Amino acid sequence: MAKIVVDPITRIEGHLRIEAEVNNGTIIDAWSSATMFRGIEKILKGRDPRDAWFWTQRFCGVCTTVHSIASVRAVENALKIKIPPNAELIRNIIIGTQNIQDHVIHFYHLHALDWVDITSGLKADPAKTSALAASISDWPNNSATYFKGVQDKLKAFVSSGRLGPFANAYWGHPAYKLPPEANLMATAHYLEALEWQKDVIKVHAILGSKNPHPQTFLVGGMAIPIDPDSQNALNADKLIEIKRLLKKAQDFVEKVYIPDLLAVASFYKDWAAIGGGVGNYMCYGEFPDANGNMWFPAGAILDKDLSKVVKVDQGKIAEYVDHSWFDNSAGAGKGLHPYDGETEVRYTGPKPPYEHLDTNAKYSFVKSPRYDEKAMEVGPLSRVLVAYASGHKETKAFVDLVLGKLGVGAGALFSTLGRTAARGIDCLLNAQQTPKFLDELINNISKGDYRIHANEKWEPAEWPAEASGYGMHEAPRGALGHWIKIKDKKIFNYQAVVPSTWNASPRDAKGQRGPYEAALVGTPIADPNKPLEILRTIHSFDPCLACAVHVLDANGNEMVKVKVS
Amino acid sequence: MRKKNDVEHGDAKHGFSDHDCSIGQILRERGVSRRDFLKFCSVMTAAMALPASFAPRVAQALDEVKRPTLVWLEMQSCTGDSEALLRSANPTVAEIILDILSVDYHETIMAAAGHQAEAALDKAIADFKGKYICVVEGSISMKDDGVYGTTGGKTHLERARQVCGGALATIAVGTCASYGGIAAAVPNPTGAVGVREAVPGATVVNLPGCPVNADNLTATIVHYLVFGKIPALDSHGRPLFAYGKRIHDNCERRPHFDAGQYVEQWGDEGHRKGFCLYKMGCKGPATFHNCPSQRYNEKTSWPVASGHGCAGCSEPGFWDTMSPMYKRLPNVPGFGVEATADKIGIGLVAGAAAAFAVHGVLSALRKDKEPADETKED
Repeated sequence: MAKIVVDPITRIEGHLRIEAEVNNGTIIDAWSSATMFRGIEKILKGRDPRDAWFWTQRFCGVCTTVHSIASVRAVENALKIKIPPNAELIRNIIIGTQNIQDHVIHFYHLHALDWVDITSGLKADPAKTSALAASISDWPNNSATYFKGVQDKLKAFVSSGRLGPFANAYWGHPAYKLPPEANLMATAHYLEALEWQKDVIKVHAILGSKNPHPQTFLVGGMAIPIDPDSQNALNADKLIEIKRLLKKAQDFVEKVYIPDLLAVASFYKDWAAIGGGVGNYMCYGEFPDANGNMWFPAGAILDKDLSKVVKVDQGKIAEYVDHSWFDNSAGAGKGLHPYDGETEVRYTGPKPPYEHLDTNAKYSFVKSPRYDEKAMEVGPLSRVLVAYASGHKETKAFVDLVLGKLGVGAGALFSTLGRTAARGIDCLLNAQQTPKFLDELINNISKGDYRIHANEKWEPAEWPAEASGYGMHEAPRGALGHWIKIKDKKIFNYQAVVPSTWNASPRDAKGQRGPYEAALVGTPIADPNKPLEILRTIHSFDPCLACAVHVLDANGNEMVKVKVS
Repeated sequence: MRKKNDVEHGDAKHGFSDHDCSIGQILRERGVSRRDFLKFCSVMTAAMALPASFAPRVAQALDEVKRPTLVWLEMQSCTGDSEALLRSANPTVAEIILDILSVDYHETIMAAAGHQAEAALDKAIADFKGKYICVVEGSISMKDDGVYGTTGGKTHLERARQVCGGALATIAVGTCASYGGIAAAVPNPTGAVGVREAVPGATVVNLPGCPVNADNLTATIVHYLVFGKIPALDSHGRPLFAYGKRIHDNCERRPHFDAGQYVEQWGDEGHRKGFCLYKMGCKGPATFHNCPSQRYNEKTSWPVASGHGCAGCSEPGFWDTMSPMYKRLPNVPGFGVEATADKIGIGLVAGAAAAFAVHGVLSALRKDKEPADETKED
């Protein structure tokens, strides 16, 4: 039996290490470890709650809007602030654009090379590649000349002898199944998507000054003014540019991403039976309308039972640290709700440099959040499953379409391939829905509503002496929650339980594996020295580790003392 | 378990031979037109704040330079600076990867993982010792022997010493790699510092900002390729071409400051008309960066242009010295050298505002580690 280590897991955000035990070509156990910690939680103590979005935004530069959204929602919830409809719509457009762009980058630049062998594309026939492309989409870049140009560029690159970021990969691995033409087509779209993503994200720059890290969120609304008669505000010129960019986003998703996804998936149907994971799925819901109703429904699916959607109660969330490098005043085996969360980092792992972690003891900087003591998977698959099981019309239509095209049943969704397909479905839903938020915004503006901020409680003098609240958000990687306690106008305690904390979590007190760990069990490994299969399943979750290791405890020791005395 | 220099996978037959091709020649072979190449040179010349007449010199120098090796290390980072690189337009990230540089190690984009990835790094820094450019993203934890950041079982501190130590030059991208950034904010739980402090002997150029402006990164690299040396730096290690001027002095809303026209409330008439954001906490008067001219996302916008004040993110320690974010900069008695050259607006005469002595503000504020109670000045 061999214990293999993959560290660093590349093509993700952050620092993730996987250790896995392999027996007879199959993973029989796995451990997920986050190896970086910053402690932003401690740093937030005593700061202005109106600044929290700006600080928590730096949890992550990839999902660069999500913590801002959750943070302003948490503070608004605590202070009972209702934001103007336009601010909600602008947030929805920002959220939708983030989801679309992030998913496309994930598919092409972080995940595709697990399925696509770039070097095989050098052998492709450009004419056959053109025929393949034309058979799945009417995307205009599909001529033989076009694919030959891409291939020539690649050949020149390879002949330079300097493969740069493509060096030393698993090219030629027996688990790669695509024909050369499909590899060349996907490689061409890898390059096109690089261009595309930097364009469509300008939606964030127009609405929020820049991306990554748009600087535009406010407790109470948004900082981008609206005035059709000003060149310094959101006017017709800027709105129409956003419309153009959202159209460009939708076109690429419909005509490139989804056809590629289906084409690639059709060669890897065996992965619809691999990588199932914990079987519990949770979604907080997203895209509130003016009345707070969610376009994407909230809920949880337990034990893969699609016949029942459980209502989510944030009070049932607790975090455990029995296998995480933290202390917990509640004692071993006890979890804490985020409001009362605490985090005292205490590294007890091996002294670096090390070969292996002691996985029987503590082995990660990620905590183990559990819902009603259950490990939950979050992310596009959870979002899609909850919506599907809730009878959400648009979601159901796309899920049935994708399942039909691949010729598989709904059970195939509980897998590595299902996770990757669900991300595409989620992206398509976002790409089609986001322009509708823009239309609503334009409609409001044309009626003379320019409000973007609720000013009444901007000044701390208007706040109560103490307040607490939470903000939920469906980030690209899934269910995100921020919890805040405000005291004397300052942050007293701040906790975030983020998607990758759920998914990357180590074992809990009961020994229940986290979703990455559970999904890896049973995965075949053709060559332990080249564990491509591990990357497939781990990447299907789209890990984001800087987010996961934030462990917000603004209160630190003092909180412990209060509880003990 | 891990094998050193384990590079027999995949590209062994291609090797890493040192080719004679210059960047110009490589671009021509890849079908990049001379016209596009010269356009890129012009953009870079402008980014480096050089006169347009330098463009032919930039082109000539790039024609002669070979494709240099670059390795990119992520430490205590949020990957925002890598994302900024992905948004880079002049050149695009595809051009950087395929044509201009040989990016031999970058965890976010590289195909290899685990020990094969580490082997690629080991090989690059061995084969090109003293010749490669290292880019560092994220702060480096020094506390408890650096256990708060490890990759491949090694601490980030150890990796930084090894890789930055052997580099021709290290570019610290973003405020975290430059000065410790958010992780180093009070109380700095992990002992986070920037590269200069972690690796004292290394040649380091700081490109702070949250995130870095990718145009400033490519301009710094091109500056080196063109002139054979790193650009002139200020006392905080920042290139003068990008950080030589105060945001306030280049701000498109400066006339409103001078005229005493301010945003008083989010969404008010002044906000809609693009008045000065000073009263809403803008830190432009104390911040050195080329945001107003270079802007972001292909010059689409920058914070002030989209209605939110500057956060001061390119200044060392800004997380502590420039917060709370919406608190206006305080009056500082006395004016520094640069203030005498400033036009102190009639707003000041009208008693509506103060002007600032930049370095004085920073040192005065730095003492104030706890966020202040007051959130409003007047």
